[in-house]
Amino acid sequence: MMSTLLLYLEYSFVRYALIVGVLIALCASLLGVTLVLKRFSFIGDGLSHVAFGAMAIAGVLNLSNNMLLIMPVTILCAILLLRTGQNAKIKGDAAIAMISVGALALGYLLMNKFSTSSNISGDVCSTLFGAMSILTLTAEEVWLCLVLSIVVVILFILFYNKIFAVTFDESFSKATGVKSDAYNLMIAVITAVIIVLAMNLVGSLLISALIIFPALSAMRLFRSFKSVTICSAVISVTCAFWGIILSMLIGTPVGSTIVAADAVVFGICCIIGAVTGGIRK
Amino acid sequence: MALLTVQNLSLGYDSQTLLKNLSFSVNAGDYLCIVGENGSGKTTLMKTLLHLQKPISGEILTGDGLKTNEIGYLPQQTVVQKDFPASVREIVLSGCQGRCGLRPFYNKAEKALAQKNMERMDIVPLANRCYRELSGGQQQRVLLARALCAAERILLLDEPVSGLDPKVTAEMYSLISKLNKDGITIIMISHDISTAVRYATHILHIGASVFFGTRDEYMNSDIGKFFLTQQELGGAI
Repeated sequence: MMSTLLLYLEYSFVRYALIVGVLIALCASLLGVTLVLKRFSFIGDGLSHVAFGAMAIAGVLNLSNNMLLIMPVTILCAILLLRTGQNAKIKGDAAIAMISVGALALGYLLMNKFSTSSNISGDVCSTLFGAMSILTLTAEEVWLCLVLSIVVVILFILFYNKIFAVTFDESFSKATGVKSDAYNLMIAVITAVIIVLAMNLVGSLLISALIIFPALSAMRLFRSFKSVTICSAVISVTCAFWGIILSMLIGTPVGSTIVAADAVVFGICCIIGAVTGGIRK
Repeated sequence: MALLTVQNLSLGYDSQTLLKNLSFSVNAGDYLCIVGENGSGKTTLMKTLLHLQKPISGEILTGDGLKTNEIGYLPQQTVVQKDFPASVREIVLSGCQGRCGLRPFYNKAEKALAQKNMERMDIVPLANRCYRELSGGQQQRVLLARALCAAERILLLDEPVSGLDPKVTAEMYSLISKLNKDGITIIMISHDISTAVRYATHILHIGASVFFGTRDEYMNSDIGKFFLTQQELGGAI
């Protein structure tokens, strides 16, 4: 088995997949802690469906680089959802559900009607569940992913204290002069970027798993924001790395293997947490 | 000049006006209690004072060199905070965030300030504990310490004792009055009129009829007498 692994690692596309997978998992887990605590766990799911819809439209329009359409549309929806979350006429969860299923239906409809491909259900399936597209990344896509991930990580570190303040108590932050609206906007944009990137890795149906599982697992074990964030990043990176390796060795789909690994770790963390009293109340 | 002057303020949300033509002022060292029935607009008034919400008309002026965002705030607890994984130190430090501007990390002075305020609130032993594991009274102390990090001169407290048992409530009240004696101006929202008249120097009663004046004036006014006897009959909360 080890020799097969080493053989695989000699291919550049396998190394690309590992790099991209680990970076995306890292970014998703960093933001995940905030999104879970802000009660926006489902936003990943909603936005990924929007990205799916946008991808279908890009396909219909025959765009050469579909990122140009997917990215702005998803960012726009993220801003709408996160910013209006507090005082909109349609409340956060309902708004997410509405946009999410709407985009999903529209995307599927467009793909069915206008697609030139002979294997529509295969296309849809791979967009939804990630399939093997991560193994067919070009060097440019890897670079794009690399640059964006590094930007996300740097932004997160620089704004870590502000993100904490805004997440813990938005009205207090606002009252004492923190520009919480601007930081919410930033969180929304970063979330959208991560989701679009993560679509390649796990597909649009499974993205929310990358966002919520590591954060929830870490919260079983740790009790300060900093340790939860670090632990969640470590869990996410580990699961993504071994998930990809495992999927190649035993021939399972990449996305669902990573998510399954995340789920298993969550189970383990729950047990450890219950035994050590990591979480009381 | 007064720290905070409110002139002809009308407030409410959407198109609904809750209060009209409200005027009062708060001087340094005052202990103002805002009382009124549920739905009379106490929380809306507080949000407007904090500039979280725009007034329908009227002005809120700050004086004596107080900046608008130098008002410390003790909010009511939100659902999000109930299971938030954060240590006491992280939360108290986050009170300094308003001072940071765009600077990404806290500096030494801010860390020292957080330490000082934790000492003041007697929560240093809890510094590394998780917020969600603390008792209600301890959580309020943490949030008070955070508010003190944000502002040293004036604090707005929104129902600081709601959900606390009688013993902790008494401790909380004496802690607040100690802060007031140290020179911090207090504005407190409360629905407990009998305690309000015990500690406050000034009372603002809002609702169908509005009263603003010192505690003694309030106790001798018709509206004050009416509500005090009514609350005694109903059993003070």
